[in-house]
Amino acid sequence: MIAPAPPTDQAHLRAAILDPAQPVPQGLQDGAGRPAGRRFSVYRNNVAVSLTEALIDGFPACYRLLGDETFRGMAGAYLRVHPPASPLMMHFGQALPAFLDAAPQLARMRWMGDLARLELALRSAYHAADGAPLPHATLAAIPPEALPDQRFGLVPALRVLRSDWPVLSIHVKALDPTAPTAQPGAEDVLITRTDYDPQAHLLAPGDVAFLAALRAGDTLATAIAAGAAVNTDHDPAAILTLLMQTASLTASLTAAEPAVQTN
Amino acid sequence: MKSNKAIALTAFAAALTTTAATLPAHAADNVKCFGVSMAGKNDCAAGPGTTCAGTSKVDYQGNAWTLVQDGTCESATPVLADGTKVMLPEGKMGSLSALERDLPMES
Repeated sequence: MIAPAPPTDQAHLRAAILDPAQPVPQGLQDGAGRPAGRRFSVYRNNVAVSLTEALIDGFPACYRLLGDETFRGMAGAYLRVHPPASPLMMHFGQALPAFLDAAPQLARMRWMGDLARLELALRSAYHAADGAPLPHATLAAIPPEALPDQRFGLVPALRVLRSDWPVLSIHVKALDPTAPTAQPGAEDVLITRTDYDPQAHLLAPGDVAFLAALRAGDTLATAIAAGAAVNTDHDPAAILTLLMQTASLTASLTAAEPAVQTN
Repeated sequence: MKSNKAIALTAFAAALTTTAATLPAHAADNVKCFGVSMAGKNDCAAGPGTTCAGTSKVDYQGNAWTLVQDGTCESATPVLADGTKVMLPEGKMGSLSALERDLPMES
């Protein structure tokens, strides 16, 4: 029978796992009651390697652009400062964007944090709940006179990312070397998930304001005004087309309650 | 200047028309097709800790899937969701359920 460990042992074990300079914690034994010794070092190494592999899986574009050696070095530092907060590896790496923003070694690649944000947003869109998009026929059946005051919901997978950098172009180029080289400039990105896999789309100026208004439960006319307030040439048809093509529009959650039926 | 109400009508109608024109190629008509992925290229954006993130170890792995257009899976030339045609090697076909062929060797 194993005696309950004193509470400090957990803390010692955790500290020793995350710091290769620490000695093997006292009291660790193998199955035959001998000191754990090198077995602990093997375990400690496995933790670091598997968390590094998890970051490579989760941030393929950052990995590609930093290169294997630099990424693994960065990952080793990250996983010791931000070890997993959850046993679900699909959530690991949430703090990586801010970590990259602050990394002095990346002073000349300041966009790397936003690239990591984009990769996290794609992953979270993948894991988002399914929505109930309105079928094309339902959208087409809305009477024209009702359209200006119509409100819509958005599927849960939808994500908007604003960047001061051409983050989407960088992402595409990182994963497809034949893509055009990113040109300087800010990019707003919409992430949609029509079926299984998320897709990232470039947004036009004004689209983010349009989407924010829709998300806030405003009417279509109000959302159009919000887009035009940012960009006088804003084209609401383009963003509406994107939302329809990606099956992102749902019934409004803030629509007026139907009149109570009495009989 | 057009009112936002008028713009709502024309923009929504234009979006409906454009969307209708592209509906046949819509991803809703895609199906999971097994046995057609190249190694490490199977579809999945789930990230770490999942069983599917680019985990196919061999080409055309029987239990790895990719989204293809409906009706093209069970053939030697499935068409990927983006319209690319896959030319499977002689004698291989995609399948709507997982296959026993081309599984990675146990290491």
